[in-house]
Amino acid sequence: MVPAVSIVDVVKHFGVLKALAGVSLDIAQGEFFGLLGPNGAGKTTLISSLAGLVRPDSGTLKVLGHDVIRDFRAARRLLGVVPQELVFDPFFNVRETLRIQSGYFGIRKNDDWIDEILANLDLTAKADVNMRRLSGGMKRRVLVAQALVHKPPVIVLDEPTAGVDVELRQGLWSFVRRLNGEGHTIILTTHYLEEAEALCGRIALMKQGRIVALDTTANLMAAFPGGTLADVFVRTMRQ
Amino acid sequence: MIGFWTLFYKELLRFWKVAFQTVGAPVLTALLYLLIFGHVLDDHVQVHGVRYTAFLVPGLVMMQVLQNAFANSSSSLIQAKITGSIVFVLLPPISYGAFFAAYVLASLARGLMVGVGVLAATVWFAELEVVAPLWIVAFSLLGGALFGALGMIAGIWSEKFDQLASFQNFLIMPLTMLSGVFYSIHSLPEFWQGVSHYNPVFYMIDGFRYGFFGVSDVAPETSLAVVLACFTAVSLLTLRLLKQGWKLRA
Repeated sequence: MVPAVSIVDVVKHFGVLKALAGVSLDIAQGEFFGLLGPNGAGKTTLISSLAGLVRPDSGTLKVLGHDVIRDFRAARRLLGVVPQELVFDPFFNVRETLRIQSGYFGIRKNDDWIDEILANLDLTAKADVNMRRLSGGMKRRVLVAQALVHKPPVIVLDEPTAGVDVELRQGLWSFVRRLNGEGHTIILTTHYLEEAEALCGRIALMKQGRIVALDTTANLMAAFPGGTLADVFVRTMRQ
Repeated sequence: MIGFWTLFYKELLRFWKVAFQTVGAPVLTALLYLLIFGHVLDDHVQVHGVRYTAFLVPGLVMMQVLQNAFANSSSSLIQAKITGSIVFVLLPPISYGAFFAAYVLASLARGLMVGVGVLAATVWFAELEVVAPLWIVAFSLLGGALFGALGMIAGIWSEKFDQLASFQNFLIMPLTMLSGVFYSIHSLPEFWQGVSHYNPVFYMIDGFRYGFFGVSDVAPETSLAVVLACFTAVSLLTLRLLKQGWKLRA
């Protein structure tokens, strides 16, 4: 079976900074995969390269077999990305935002699915509210909804729960787990290691643009009996 | 195609939601120009045998078409870049051509809307004829599209609002103000007449005005050829920048 994501020897420099130093990684279809590392490790650069927002200097990235540069339209259709920054278009309300995002992906009448996403993310009451008037947590939910409007088989969540209250986190994770159960591949970056420990079947730890550990969550934890993923993370980063 | 139509619709909606500012304000500005210059010069100046106020109206219409087409694409892109919401159009599978066409056509729509508004507001103050309507249509469409594309380049290039303002204040504004909106270039000294021929906006204004009065400084066919060449060059450059992801994709 073709991997959901295939990354081969990807290198990216920003000036003299080597953001990605030859990253290779395969993520199987249906996985709940964690991409962890300290700030500046290269997680967001790797995700941005996958999404086509960053052009790598060398190497290849594929989504379900489609090269993100040569075959970018097919690759982007299969990918949903929740960006890390809290960004929004201030001209539109929540429903308009989601309808527009659906249209960008070639879907015209998508209200049934939009309603379902709104309900699952507890946004139904805010559907007609302008984006400017939403709280930070609500805006974050809309970002998640925007990434899901086209039902992408591969979903990338770049720190989706940063600055979000406990209730939303629980609602979000239950929704994302359901999507994963339905076959969607989930790639998660987060600084909340307990969330990664609870959700991810496999984890890659990144440091200075490289993958320094890659294994199932159980195997990583087994190396430090009695410890948490946070212990694994701290010790791996010190090595 | 749905991606293109959605982006086009979103760009239309974006300026329409603030139409008071994006359409109403430029119409008022043009009306003020007409009232002031017309009041001062109408009894004293005739150009190509036409009273000054009548001569001025087509120039003002075209100037606003161009400036607002430019403002639409440039402000939309810089705003999206600065707020980060540009990712919403960079992540989906929208082709470069569709991206270009949606921004340019929406800019053209705003330019034409303002142009019609200026015409409707100013036509009461001047005796205006329409001798060759096809020239009016051709120059307004091509000129608006050219400035929409130019606005895209400015929006993509700029990283801050003041960079965009520089582009607007030091390039677009002089090109439009010194293009013959307020005068015929035949009233200029020979040297400045020569310089005016290097300004592509001059051909747009002159050709557009020909559609109203049937007289112009340059043959409308020549003007059309110049504007078409400029539009092709600017469009190709914009498409190339989009394909490269210049200043949009790191």
